Amino acid sequence: MSTETKGPSRRQFLTSAAALGAGTVAATATQAAGPDPLITELQDWATGLGAGVDEVPYGLPIRFEDDVVRRNVEWLTADTISSINFTPIHALDGTITPQGCAFERHHSGAIELAKSDYRLMINGLVDRPLVFSYEDLERFPREQHVYFCECAANTGMEWAGAQLNGAQFTHGMIHNMEYTGVPLRTLLAEAGLDAAGDFADKWVYVEGADASSNGRSIPMEKAMDDVLVAFKANGEALRKEHGYPVRLVVPGWEGNMWVKWLRRIEVMDGPVESREETSKYTDTLADGTSRKWTWVMDAKSVITSPSPQAPIAHGHGPLVITGMAWSGHGKITRVDVSKDGGITWETARLAAPGTDKALTRFYLDTTWTGEEMLLQSRAMDETGYVQPTKAQLREVRGLNSIYHNNCIQTWHVKANGEAENVEVS
Amino acid sequence: EATGLRFGLGRAALPEEIAAWDVDVRPDGSGLPEGTGNAWDGEALFEDNCASCHGSFAEGVGNWPKLAGGDGTLADEDPLKTVGSYWPYTSTVWDYVHRSMPFGGAQTLSDDDVYAIVAYILYSNDIIDDEFEVSHETLPTIELPNADGFIIDDRAETEYSQWRAEPCMENCKDGVEITMRATVLDVTPDEAVEES
Repeated sequence: MSTETKGPSRRQFLTSAAALGAGTVAATATQAAGPDPLITELQDWATGLGAGVDEVPYGLPIRFEDDVVRRNVEWLTADTISSINFTPIHALDGTITPQGCAFERHHSGAIELAKSDYRLMINGLVDRPLVFSYEDLERFPREQHVYFCECAANTGMEWAGAQLNGAQFTHGMIHNMEYTGVPLRTLLAEAGLDAAGDFADKWVYVEGADASSNGRSIPMEKAMDDVLVAFKANGEALRKEHGYPVRLVVPGWEGNMWVKWLRRIEVMDGPVESREETSKYTDTLADGTSRKWTWVMDAKSVITSPSPQAPIAHGHGPLVITGMAWSGHGKITRVDVSKDGGITWETARLAAPGTDKALTRFYLDTTWTGEEMLLQSRAMDETGYVQPTKAQLREVRGLNSIYHNNCIQTWHVKANGEAENVEVS
Repeated sequence: EATGLRFGLGRAALPEEIAAWDVDVRPDGSGLPEGTGNAWDGEALFEDNCASCHGSFAEGVGNWPKLAGGDGTLADEDPLKTVGSYWPYTSTVWDYVHRSMPFGGAQTLSDDDVYAIVAYILYSNDIIDDEFEVSHETLPTIELPNADGFIIDDRAETEYSQWRAEPCMENCKDGVEITMRATVLDVTPDEAVEES
């Protein structure tokens, strides 16, 4: 390893430690009790041979990482077909979610639909109702964007109180991928929108090829703005469970509208008021009335480490507090972190400038001397919106909204480094 | 062409193809096929196709959805949201049953069967009597109790207006106390703690 690559992290480390006024504590290296046999004894991997290049045509993570997997919570749903699982966000870093452990939400299971069997229909108030094959879609000009897909129900079990003990379970109905696809507006133009006339009162209804169909109504302004008909994610084809071969990407809006196995787009002069926008994905307020068409996912963040599934195991000294922030309204501009339950805040470091409707990674490089902490993070987006507390949300909405819980999360870190999901006053 | 560039990709959708896939039904009844059915007929169909999950009286079995009951509970601590207590439109009931039910055997019911099953669900919610003929003509005229129970997303007025402000950084509250702990409830799957 060259000194060039070591240099910056060493400087970063010293700067952070000095800034915290704890340089002497943090920078003191401990003395080994004796020579380390992992260094002094010849190891198998340093003398024998590793695997050949033909052994794994498409690889999975090394077995030591086998806890970095999707998990489900059996009691949440009646069965595992119309159900949810959770991304292991507590163990990930950066912003791109590996597709193989990116969460799933199906209403009638993950179907298998070959490209050769795939058809996409555009009908309704268009000049020319059309049918596209998969190959047709690949011939339109493409775009690439990174966006988060967050289930409307993410953190939904936490409305009434602290329930599930881990960031994976409280915040893991989310993934963030780089999509390649065709803008929906390009396909609508191909079908012709003269028949639709004024867009202000027009909608598109989108549905999937699966038995649930997951039909949703989207206003024409959004359809013509940034919605993508996507066929690649993180460089490769969509996974079966994420809509192979084609899904809708609806930036910033609740995951339910990201219709998978997309089979039909209908231009209409009103919304369908389908099951998924009446019975479900409507948010009941304290007085018994319910909000409908709550499409945007508001600014939100969570500390992924330390967290209940990622306790502090390294003892006192330097500690990296990290997490992710996102907003359906645009870019994340700032994330503040509190270690005392919201009495004082310090502004964290963004790993990269926030991008539109995508995850942003943040770090707070700090020193831990064994004190109990009540860790919180608070996201701000480019509209000036500040992530609220659960108390603030409850004051407006009550306890039965189910969806759109973007409250500030608290982890109680104990003297032994363990962390617990708690609520604080 | 006023609406932009064309690439000449795709082909014209045929009327038979549109008819096969475009089956959505809207609150005004548009999209409904001709047909009719009543709760009397629907009871047997419901028993055969639906009751194993939704109960003989649409009251739900185990964790499966309850389709009836819960009147007047929406402002309660634990609301029961059903077709009768919560859903705004009968069109949605017809559309969803026709398209996506029974679970595991979707799109196997005839149009008349769907009218009869919808009639039985409405009857189970005390919205119609057992002889009322639910048809493409009458269905949109049946008003559900919670038809006026929905407002369009008002977060811009009720939330964003107060939360777009520079936040507090120091001395933001007098003290802090833990008021609730997840480990007291202990409902997290074991695998979450077995690792690390």
